[in-house]
Amino acid sequence: MIRYLRLLGQSALGFLESLGRASMMWGLAIWGLPKRGDFSILVKQIYHIGVLSLVIIGLSAFSIGAVIALQFYTQLFRFGAQDTVGLGLALVLLRELGPVVTALLFAGRAGSAITAEISLMKTTDQLAAMEMMGIDPLQRVVAPRLWAGLLCLPMLTAVFNVVAIWGGSIVAVDWLGADRESYWALMKDGVLLWDDLVLGMTKSVVFAIVVTWIAVFQGYNSEPTAEGIGLATTRTVVVSSVAVLALDFLMTLVMYGDFQ
Amino acid sequence: MDLIEIDNLFFRRGERVIFDGLSMRIPKGRITAIMGPSGTGKTTLLRIIGGQLKPDSGSVKVDGVDVCSLSRKGLFELRRRMGMLFQSSALFTDLSVFENVAFPLRLHTDIDDDVIRDLSLMKLNAVGLRGARDLMPSQLSGGMARRVALARAIALDPDLLMYDEPFTGQDPIAMGVVLSLIKSLNDALGTTSVLVSHDIHETISIADQIFVISDGQVIGSGTPAELQQHNSERIRQFMNGLPDGPVPFHYPADDLRFDLLGGDA
Repeated sequence: MIRYLRLLGQSALGFLESLGRASMMWGLAIWGLPKRGDFSILVKQIYHIGVLSLVIIGLSAFSIGAVIALQFYTQLFRFGAQDTVGLGLALVLLRELGPVVTALLFAGRAGSAITAEISLMKTTDQLAAMEMMGIDPLQRVVAPRLWAGLLCLPMLTAVFNVVAIWGGSIVAVDWLGADRESYWALMKDGVLLWDDLVLGMTKSVVFAIVVTWIAVFQGYNSEPTAEGIGLATTRTVVVSSVAVLALDFLMTLVMYGDFQ
Repeated sequence: MDLIEIDNLFFRRGERVIFDGLSMRIPKGRITAIMGPSGTGKTTLLRIIGGQLKPDSGSVKVDGVDVCSLSRKGLFELRRRMGMLFQSSALFTDLSVFENVAFPLRLHTDIDDDVIRDLSLMKLNAVGLRGARDLMPSQLSGGMARRVALARAIALDPDLLMYDEPFTGQDPIAMGVVLSLIKSLNDALGTTSVLVSHDIHETISIADQIFVISDGQVIGSGTPAELQQHNSERIRQFMNGLPDGPVPFHYPADDLRFDLLGGDA
């Protein structure tokens, strides 16, 4: 019994300690960028993290939009409400699926790459060499990736939403024959700027902070061995996926949980 | 005049004691070698001097400044005056040879691109690799990578150059090149060189002064000639490369017979 309690305490302390270290790292890095006018590293990271993620985001968005439209259509058709497919799809995407699925894909595509890259730099002493040159790797290596992730994920979410709604319209309107005008008009009337668009994007910003933070920390904190790199990369994907799903539930509760 | 003063240094890693009250003085402008068997913490010592690791107690002063009490910012300032050659060379794999050498200049100085180009090429010329400027680190042999890393380490004309096992894994020709480079850079730039190695012959041939560390303490120091005549058995064992002696061949273990007959397994 005492042993289990002690184990529990130890792991809690370990968790708090790494949370503290991660916070310090984040704080030091996030102030790190706009100093030396090194705009080019940021652009390079935006390319690696954002632009190269566009393909997987676009493909997933299209198929998810198409599948949801198909499911909605077949159900709503029974009630003659197939014209509201566009509205339903838009609400589901803007509020939930857009931010969540993009963040999950982002963790797998960009987060894992960030972790692997940083931990390999650590393993090959590149970070230590930078420190010994009097250059802070938090500013040079970590900060650009944090900022790039922070900028890219919300934009990717927006791309995801647009492509998915377009994919849905291809299935519902062009293929199954829902009324084109009502598809768009009902969507325009029903979607609210604040409740749907702004709150949905707020989720995405929170996910951006959390996922890039986890990715960068796992890389920076990895064991400098081949096994350590593998573990760190896996941890990035697992921890950020769980964090995204848990945070999504909490945020949905706060944002939309008021029924009175 | 001493550039580095280490007093009563204690450092442990987990349960293992690495330094147990180590003290040494490293004079300015000379080549000082720190020798000892693998695993005695020679690399750790360089990292402590560079402020990358903090000792449990004791003081480390570089040019009169206490490294352990410096702020993060102060530490980064101090490191601009240090150059370090890593055992793994640690070149930035996403930058070309030329950009690797230009990197510290670009980040620490405001000089024009033209001047940076000239300076970097001069450093590369000093290590004989001006012609390799456009190669990427993955295209270099181990010996060439180490020379590029050396050119990068001297880019800012540091007061202190630290070499971590510079001879390990080099073919005889590359070894000779690195040896003569260390010597000539020390003389030409007037830097203080600290060299960590367990390659006795190479080290003896260039070092002005040698410290032998074992079990977390300095067990002997002096010029190469003095150490070879040393009356301590441990030092002679090391300097002559005998497999067993006061420094045991075996990692501490239970009696072999007991172990083979079942032991605690």
